[in-house]
Amino acid sequence: MSERILIEGNEAVALALKLIDPDVVAAYPITPATEVVQKFAEYVADGEVVTEFVAVESEHSAMSACIGASTAGGRVMTATSSQGLGLMWEMLYIAASLRRPITMAVANRALSGNINIHCDHSDTMGARDAGWIHLFSENTQEIFDNMIQAVRIAEHPDVRLPVMVCYDGFVISHAREVIESLSKEEVQSFVGKHKASLSLLDLEPKTVGPLDLQDYYFEHKRSQAEAYKAVPGVIEAVGQEFGKAFGRSYAQVEEYNMDGAEVALVALGSTNGTIKDVVDGMNESGKKVGLLKIRAFRPFPAELVRASLSKVKAVGVFDRSMTFGGWGNPLFTEIRSAMYGTSGNGCCCGPCIPILDRVYGLGGREISMAEIEQYADEVLAVAKGEQVELIDYIGVR
Amino acid sequence: MASLKELSTKQEGLVGGHRLCAGCGAPIAVRQILLASEYPVVVSSATGCLEVATTIFPYTSWDVPFVHSAFENTAATVSGIEACYRSFVRQGKTDKKIKFIAFGGDGGTYDIGLQALSGALERGHDFLYVCYDNGAYMNTGIQRSSATPRGAATTTTPAGTAVPGKQQHRKNLTEICAAHGIAYAAQSTAGRWQDLTKKAAKAIEVDGPAFLNVLAPCPRGWRYPTPDLLSICKLAHDTCYWPLYEIEDGKYTISYKPKEKLPIEDFLKPQGRFRHLMAPGNEGLIAQLQADVDSEWERLLRLAGEQS
Repeated sequence: MSERILIEGNEAVALALKLIDPDVVAAYPITPATEVVQKFAEYVADGEVVTEFVAVESEHSAMSACIGASTAGGRVMTATSSQGLGLMWEMLYIAASLRRPITMAVANRALSGNINIHCDHSDTMGARDAGWIHLFSENTQEIFDNMIQAVRIAEHPDVRLPVMVCYDGFVISHAREVIESLSKEEVQSFVGKHKASLSLLDLEPKTVGPLDLQDYYFEHKRSQAEAYKAVPGVIEAVGQEFGKAFGRSYAQVEEYNMDGAEVALVALGSTNGTIKDVVDGMNESGKKVGLLKIRAFRPFPAELVRASLSKVKAVGVFDRSMTFGGWGNPLFTEIRSAMYGTSGNGCCCGPCIPILDRVYGLGGREISMAEIEQYADEVLAVAKGEQVELIDYIGVR
Repeated sequence: MASLKELSTKQEGLVGGHRLCAGCGAPIAVRQILLASEYPVVVSSATGCLEVATTIFPYTSWDVPFVHSAFENTAATVSGIEACYRSFVRQGKTDKKIKFIAFGGDGGTYDIGLQALSGALERGHDFLYVCYDNGAYMNTGIQRSSATPRGAATTTTPAGTAVPGKQQHRKNLTEICAAHGIAYAAQSTAGRWQDLTKKAAKAIEVDGPAFLNVLAPCPRGWRYPTPDLLSICKLAHDTCYWPLYEIEDGKYTISYKPKEKLPIEDFLKPQGRFRHLMAPGNEGLIAQLQADVDSEWERLLRLAGEQS
């Protein structure tokens, strides 16, 4: 039965892990995801899970052990953040290429240097081409729900890809919120039994991870790319099924007050919660601002974004990471690419909506409601023809 | 221990058709070790000659379950496999007795894979780690590793006019592994099938981590004619350059004591990588190598409670 509980973000991840009760968890502590590992270790110590917990000596080994355990046929999960994700870098690609349905919670944190333990999205954005499915969470409830759905998405026979559930470090990982929890029976019934696509433990001779040269590598990459086509449908179906079972439905994107909106803001993660409050206030004073929240960043839901943003006259993107030397930042480039050439066969004469990019919140810098409102006002002005800086910052000296 | 005749009737885990060089010690060691197992095995390998030459898609020489993912992590990969096995056993999902073996070259073990290996040994996974030690990064073209012997010419320690080959003594990995307090660590060789079979069987039997360091000469890197593989191994043992010994629960046993300990030159001379040491003016380096070998051998004898 659902139960309302007061819980920290990291504890909600650990609780989801406990209820899923995977075969193997291999993890390494790192701020601000450490409590996931600590709390889960308590469950192990108290015999509340069947999981074999491998307290590895590094994140590189964490992901390597996850790949090994998944190849052995197990349901496998882990958690990390920032530098830890960076150390896993090499293995992230291999996990996806070997089509290992591993679920990983990532408490988003800035990357060094200089060293900073607070939230931004630089870590998972750096891994955006590694082949993982990226689900962002707005609040603690969403982390909990995303972790459970991630198992189904990752293990779906048409998908078989790893999923990272992203949640803002400290902002969510260390904040206490009331969530609707689920019982072990409910979670077990939703995730079902793991049906491994391969297992080294069946002792049938097989070679996983061979040398793949000019004559086959390209075909394998192509076939991997094809797998992502199935992912949007699976994310939507699992999100619907979750809603039917537990009353909270999920999709790839969430429109907030977009009906009749003149301009739209677009963001990832916990900032969406703050933006919703700002949007409410502005709507009350007659300003037609809506929000498009991106939950699934990989695969990027380009068609949904296009359908949603084509209805407005200007767009303001929030980017909580930077692409140094690039033209615009990660979320902006995705949005703009999705919007460009929307008419005909990739013709450039699309709806020609001005799209702004604002980098904010690096290294845990707070963004205020006033700053969000100021940006929204700027986007409204641009919709009326005003010229502003296309790519800029919020809240930096 | 099974006789050679009995072993010859067993199904091989690594079959022919692979593209390892003639005269390479690695496949001989791997075949011998897999034959020594009385249990079904799952194999994990680090990136290296062994892996790239045996798994060229769509072919494979492995007739056992085999996984490779990266270079520095085979001990971590096998940790995950073994952890999953333990979980399955606990849940009643399998009742098969399975053993786990990780293979890595010296680059993947002494150097880039040392952290993952140390972690896996400390955590106590039930697995055997085999380092096939050919004393350099042979797969990428003979670059020095921390297993490369002093004086050897490699492509990153060339025998130049100012610096004659590698200047440092090799790392003692076998004892580093033993220092983790594991039940079994040993040095063996591709050149003595009885020694290797016996040690592999013992190491596999251990309930917990075990480590085997196997001398596996490389004709490309060591510059010897391919038919000379076994004689090169023999010289390594008879000069005590590569002592054969075991450390069981901390107890040292010398497995082979040459009747007459040969001078180190006998091991160096047949190998092109040491040719420059024979030139006038480099006598000091040979003397240093001899001193390295002598002190190491004396120390091992003392630890094993034997007389020289």
